[in-house]
Amino acid sequence: MALVEIRDIHKKFGRVDVLKGVSLDVEEGEIVTIIGRSGSGKSTLLRCINALETVDAGEIRVEGERVHARMRDLKQFRQRVGIVFQAFNLFPHLKVERNITLAPLLTGRTDKTKARALAEDVLASVGLADKIDAWPEQLSGGQQQRVAIARCLAMAPHLMLFDEVTSALDPELVGEVLKVMEAMARQGMTMILVTHEMGFARNVADRIVFMHQGRVWEQGPPAKLFANPETPELASFIASAK
Amino acid sequence: MRSFSLIDLASLVAALRWTVVLVVLALAFGAPLALGLAMGRISRFASLRWAMAAIIQIIQSVPLLGLLFFFYFGMPVFLGIQVPAIIAVTVAYTLYTAAFLGEIWRGGLEAVKQAQWEAGSCLGLSLWQQFRHIIAPQALRLSLPPTVGFLVQLIKGTSLASILGFVELARAGQVVSAATFQPLLTYALVAAIYFALCLPLTLWSRSLEARLDGSR
Repeated sequence: MALVEIRDIHKKFGRVDVLKGVSLDVEEGEIVTIIGRSGSGKSTLLRCINALETVDAGEIRVEGERVHARMRDLKQFRQRVGIVFQAFNLFPHLKVERNITLAPLLTGRTDKTKARALAEDVLASVGLADKIDAWPEQLSGGQQQRVAIARCLAMAPHLMLFDEVTSALDPELVGEVLKVMEAMARQGMTMILVTHEMGFARNVADRIVFMHQGRVWEQGPPAKLFANPETPELASFIASAK
Repeated sequence: MRSFSLIDLASLVAALRWTVVLVVLALAFGAPLALGLAMGRISRFASLRWAMAAIIQIIQSVPLLGLLFFFYFGMPVFLGIQVPAIIAVTVAYTLYTAAFLGEIWRGGLEAVKQAQWEAGSCLGLSLWQQFRHIIAPQALRLSLPPTVGFLVQLIKGTSLASILGFVELARAGQVVSAATFQPLLTYALVAAIYFALCLPLTLWSRSLEARLDGSR
């Protein structure tokens, strides 16, 4: 059984068909990168997996459990599925430590005596152990994004979703975030990423999914997809992304 | 006629107690109600949002004096209930406080980005936990200056209770002025006392603002 099973999902925003029958399986430990032009439905697909959006038709299952916004254990589900956003969304009124420990403490994953150690641990894994007492706005964009990743890791998720996490960063800060994600990939984390970083997609992903007009247009291993795109849409997308 | 003495000053200061009592009552009942109104105004249920907006609109449109008259003189006429003055003023000031603070706090809550709710919910927090730990602290800091501004207005607004017989600071000023024929001195003192009451509030709000804004 795949960790994530997506079966023919449809999603409309008003009259706009954003997803027109998307099916996709993601195995445990797999790194799947979703690419495509703006408006192709990539981010919406990602948000549906986390029940941030409700699908109009079709079905999503994560670890066998059907995902929808009214699922009874949505809170527990969200603890198992981490998501990192383009805009970091750190809590500006809390220091880095508290940003990380707030959810583990409130959901009972850890207690006060162990919380600081947990924060130190996940911060070390993103290379920011020395920033534990900093305020978010004292950090660079790349550092904030790494704290956001650490905040997710503190919940020990089974699956991580990344929604264009480097798009808001200055070019010189992109590398540090990608490096953290590469390390997570090596450790076997199941990851689904929406990204414009073609180099990352090519080098780290197990599979590339190219979305076009609300559908999975083409998918396969990066080497094959980048070298021999089967559809003219993907060929032109790869050419424009270079 | 007698000259202005320390006794007159003492009676002014003593009258402050009604001012304070009225403010405390208004806040004690009005603030929780304001929080309810503010949360109703940002609810995902449209009917609740409309209902809260209507309540706030109606109360805000009526002069405070009108509210006081309505609950003291109007209730016996419309409902046949004779309401003790203290109840009537408490209800009037409570509604007044709830409507204005509710709208101030709604603004503060809405000024916190939607993505902050989303980030909290994606970490598995309940709606209440998101509100309590993520949204409310940020909204509080944003709302603090206008909240204190309203509090200062409320303190001065308690002077209207004098028409229902409460000898609070402003009414005591009238009494002393009439007895001593020294209106200028008396009212200058009344003003000074109001000022002394409101200034620390403003200073306190500034220091609190700086403290809550720890990141800067």
